[in-house]
Amino acid sequence: MLTVGIADVRAVYTKDEDLLVTYALGSCVGICLYDRTAGVAGLAHIMLPWSKESYKGDDPLRYADTGITELISRMCAMGAERSRMAAKTAGGAQMFGYASEAFNIGDRNINAVNKVLSAYGIPVVASSVGGNHARTLYFHTDTCIAEVKTAMRETINL
Amino acid sequence: MTHSDGLSLAELDVLGEIGNIGQGNAATSLAAFSHKLVTIDVPCVRMLDINEAVSFLGGPEKVVTGILVRLSGDISGIMLTIMDEMFVKELLKIVFCKDAVDLYSLDEMEQSFVQEIGNILSGSYLNAVSALSGLSAEVSVPAVSVDMVGAILAVPAVEFAAAGSKVLFIEDSFTFSDGFDEKERVNGSRMRSNMILIPEMSSLRTIFDRLGVSV
Repeated sequence: MLTVGIADVRAVYTKDEDLLVTYALGSCVGICLYDRTAGVAGLAHIMLPWSKESYKGDDPLRYADTGITELISRMCAMGAERSRMAAKTAGGAQMFGYASEAFNIGDRNINAVNKVLSAYGIPVVASSVGGNHARTLYFHTDTCIAEVKTAMRETINL
Repeated sequence: MTHSDGLSLAELDVLGEIGNIGQGNAATSLAAFSHKLVTIDVPCVRMLDINEAVSFLGGPEKVVTGILVRLSGDISGIMLTIMDEMFVKELLKIVFCKDAVDLYSLDEMEQSFVQEIGNILSGSYLNAVSALSGLSAEVSVPAVSVDMVGAILAVPAVEFAAAGSKVLFIEDSFTFSDGFDEKERVNGSRMRSNMILIPEMSSLRTIFDRLGVSV
């Protein structure tokens, strides 16, 4: 099992690594990408929508656009092809409700992720986003099933 | 002398003193509404980055009650009170005389009570800052979330996105008991809560300037 931290991106061969996990996604979004034919899968954990809004010198992996771009290019370097990729996403919640979270960050993250993926022509085949609860995302690279665990609800498989 | 976290020993001392006074205020308030004797241990104050704070609190998936207030005025930033399940249940038990409370389905009264605890605790520390520095801050209505601590702490991390930014982390322990004698105090319930202050860096500097700590 390989853990993907906050503002982190990992790409693996499915024969080497069968499980990727990222913990406690709140307003952050976890993006699983896979190319079954090439046997390459990846997971990105982004915090914020657009890198053009970034602080100078900030880590590009924090942002949806630059983070997803980095994941795609790492996967392509391992033999994957963008045209064969599909995505599953989870996260983008508002932990404290709309009134107390600035900028509606969860929704903006979801929108940015969807826009970036659609610009790359990668379909989002399943997602568990929004609401106001945290999610832990397990991505089983062999079956391409994304398992979403929460503190109080039943685990769902995407 | 500067520590690796970018604060001098004198600055850390000042923060420690804020922790002491704040915890004293908090204990007084908790005693007033619970009608219990509340004793405290010396709080532990440190500067941590958000990831360190998450592991300190039991790892990203640990379920806690987080109460968030926003500060504006002389000091701006976010204050988070993190309480573990036992602390919240014990307080609800004392006040509502109910034994098993499901934190995920609090009724309106209980929800508002938990908000009030957040108000009391964050107010205690804020008053300590104000008393020492003469600075004041307005506090927003508290918001409550019972969920994974990693996701709760990501809220300030997202807003204060400067990489590697530190938060002021105060670990408190309160013991609730019915009387002063040794036996009752030992049998009392000892509970931890954590106060996390995430000031904007400029606000932290303002506080230190006002307290006469050389920067």
